[in-house]
Amino acid sequence: MTSGTATAAQIPAHTAAQPGPATPLLAIEGLTKRFGAVTALENVSLSLRKGEVLGLMGENGAGKSTLLKILSGVQPPTEGRILIDGAPVTITSPQHAQSLGIITIYQELSLIPTLSVAENIFIGRAPIGRLGLVDWGRMRREAREIIARVGLRIDPQTVVSALSVAEQQMVEIARALSLSSRIIIMDEPTSALSETEVARLLSIMARLREEGVAIMFVTHRLEEASGICDRMTVLRDGRLAGHLERGDGPIPIPAIIENMVGRAASELYARPAERATPGPVRLEVRGLRTTPNPEAPHAIVLDGVDLDLRGGEILGVAGLVGSGRTELARAIFGADPVAAGTLTLDGTEIRPASPADAIALGIGLVPEDRKHQAIFAALGILSNFSIAALDAYARFGGLMDEKRERADLAEYKRMLNIRMADADQTIDGLSGGNQQKVILARWLARDPKVLIVDEPTRGVDVGAKAEVHQILVQLAARGIAIMVISSELPEILAVSDRIVTMREGRITGELPAREASEAKLMALMALGEKGQ
Amino acid sequence: MTTEAASAERKGPNMFKLIMRFGPLIFLLLLMIVFALMNPNFLNPVNLFNVMRQISITGLIALGMTFVILTAGIDLSVGSLLAFCGMVAAVVAKGGVTSSLAAAGGQAGFGWFAALLAALIVGAACGAIQGLAVTRLKVPPFVVTLGGLTIWRGLTLTISGGGPVSGFDATMRWFGTGLIGPVPVPVIIFAIAAIICHMVLRYTRFGRAVYAVGGNAEAARLSGVRVDRVLVSVYVIVGFFCGLAAFVLSARLNSAEAVAGIGYELTVISAVVIGGTSLFGGIGSIAGTVIGAALIGVLVNGLVLNNVSSYTQQVVIGLILILAVAFDRWLKTRARG
Ligand SMILES: Nc1ncnc2c1ncn2[C@@H]1O[C@H](COP(=O)(O)OP(=O)(O)OP(=O)(O)O)[C@@H](O)[C@H]1O
Ligand SMILES: [Mg+2]
Repeated sequence: MTSGTATAAQIPAHTAAQPGPATPLLAIEGLTKRFGAVTALENVSLSLRKGEVLGLMGENGAGKSTLLKILSGVQPPTEGRILIDGAPVTITSPQHAQSLGIITIYQELSLIPTLSVAENIFIGRAPIGRLGLVDWGRMRREAREIIARVGLRIDPQTVVSALSVAEQQMVEIARALSLSSRIIIMDEPTSALSETEVARLLSIMARLREEGVAIMFVTHRLEEASGICDRMTVLRDGRLAGHLERGDGPIPIPAIIENMVGRAASELYARPAERATPGPVRLEVRGLRTTPNPEAPHAIVLDGVDLDLRGGEILGVAGLVGSGRTELARAIFGADPVAAGTLTLDGTEIRPASPADAIALGIGLVPEDRKHQAIFAALGILSNFSIAALDAYARFGGLMDEKRERADLAEYKRMLNIRMADADQTIDGLSGGNQQKVILARWLARDPKVLIVDEPTRGVDVGAKAEVHQILVQLAARGIAIMVISSELPEILAVSDRIVTMREGRITGELPAREASEAKLMALMALGEKGQ
Repeated sequence: MTTEAASAERKGPNMFKLIMRFGPLIFLLLLMIVFALMNPNFLNPVNLFNVMRQISITGLIALGMTFVILTAGIDLSVGSLLAFCGMVAAVVAKGGVTSSLAAAGGQAGFGWFAALLAALIVGAACGAIQGLAVTRLKVPPFVVTLGGLTIWRGLTLTISGGGPVSGFDATMRWFGTGLIGPVPVPVIIFAIAAIICHMVLRYTRFGRAVYAVGGNAEAARLSGVRVDRVLVSVYVIVGFFCGLAAFVLSARLNSAEAVAGIGYELTVISAVVIGGTSLFGGIGSIAGTVIGAALIGVLVNGLVLNNVSSYTQQVVIGLILILAVAFDRWLKTRARG
């Protein structure tokens, strides 16, 4: 079942330029994009119709973001045509794309954090009243109506920096609506959202579809794509791998995977084979507490966390966004101050006062927010790779042993299957998933005793997800104690040996992975709620 | 056939990358060609060495400034610190604030070596103080060094009473006016310093940390880089170079002036930025800074040779600075394609 059988649809032929019922709102024909020697897209054609949700699927580096960037006027195509209502257009800039009715919501939100919601929505086109001054009253009124359309109940005068990521995303969508956009493009809109926020976003997408808006979006979460998409276009290595269309039921996930990877799908989250029994406790956490931090008012306060991490074992930490999972990781890693409690590593009490201390002791952390906490966008892959192990690669006089660095990077490139051209290209030229693998390689190069991985596969495609899980299991087999934090319960279930759940800065339950299920975890995650 | 096509395709972008990397250098060469055509004296070796001698003072400071700007910082105090270190060096060399041009040595003085050491130590210490204010007190570098700009100048005026301290021994003057073969000593000092700085930034652990801190300070911290130490270090480095430049400048002028180095911060920062170092940090190189410093030196010299009035010079320099950076930008966007 390659590019079409039961669920796959025919590509409508773009013969007539006359807009008619058969003419798609947006059509792409023979699009090619090259970056020097790299071909990111090759001869890709697709169409987007009024009132539908189109999923753009593909592995990391398949060219999805590149395609969206071309549509939003950020990058020009090398070859190919873009047609709107059947008429060819050349999109020259993001402003131009907006005037054509295309608005893009990037994963990196583009709101101005110091301005209010209303000001952001009306930026550059504030309603003008008498005397040529801004009519603030009208602006607030209209902003309130617009944000109500996306189901957001906040005061339009709220400053954007006080909103959660999900709320900011809603504001961006509201802004898109106020620009009377007919096409909304979103690159991995759900990857940073909690489950409830994802559900809300999907319901808004469904509502917009009713209103006739066309939506094209990228996601690596196949269940969610399968649930909402009317059609899907699948890319593989920059080429069109197939079109899929919703039949009586949702598009089946195995069909998506098969198109993405080009072979029959194995089980999505295959639980890796049984492993060696866990070794002795490596990291012991007792009564860990933090105090509110005025610099991070949204951070959750840890309220006496007890935890044991064993060598050779993967401990999964489940919890909703705001349960304190990330704060726990940061406190152990010395990234945030600890108010009380003890940490014992291999029998010795430790007090890491900074990440540098924690790293020297043998603790590693892959942070949740790749862009802001892990990546050096302007630097080469090599510098990104070895930054946490500078001491290990430095020789006498602080000179870097670049030969060894390069050899090791080449080794991890093979082991993790990283797709990159050369070690000196800047890391922002890599696709999101490949960036994540470089960050994993960064920590593997340190050979830590304890490795904490916060959202190991955010923005990583299905195939690579399974690879990352396999890598984590291999690391555990080397005797490393691993703690995995994830918003995706299937991932926690697939990778962990033991699972703890958190809520409001406390551990609310613990289960061996064998006995765990999504339902049981959900129940434990909700434990401690008022009335329970 | 296919391999041929592939290699041709690979060559294309590489050529462009090459041009892109050397944008400021190309601009410098163009400028030199223009000046050479306008005035044949320009290419006279005596003139060229003269230009190099002139740029070596601001060039030395620009080397240190490159480290600071790579961390997304800035140091506005360099001109004042230069004057302060120069005055300290002069006082140490002469053993007081006496200003006797006749005295060749001065019995009470401590000699050139003590003067050099004093300038370097004072420069580094002042840099450390500013670095600590940035990291401990969390005051932005712009503000800290704006404060430094008046503090170091004030201290200079206080110890000197406002006047110059002049008249050093011949050994000390050699560092400013001497020649090794045809090459002026300050040029040799600058060249050696530039090579060392290049090596440090390009090949050492510290260099990697500097780029990392400027590229993404939070990611650097979470990767175990001691960000505060790196920040203090870069201000110490720029202070050290202010000390070295101050020593060379005093030696050349045979005098330390309380009003030395006024406005140098702008020349120095211009040199670094023209050389392609980003004010946002994480991008830049010593090679670029050397070219940037040379560009400014050549420009001033070429204008002087062509009898452009000093008023008009300022206008032209400003315009060329903007043009040079615009040209570099243009090449980079072209290369991205
Ligand atoms: N500016 C660039 N310079 C060079 N190569 C690039 C650039 N942008 C993208 N590429 C390359 O183009 C290919 C497609 O990248 P793209 O970001 O579109 O992938 P993607 O499908 O969005 O992947 P992901 O799911 O990981 O986000 C990759 O091989 C990437 O390395
Ligand atoms: Mg992408």
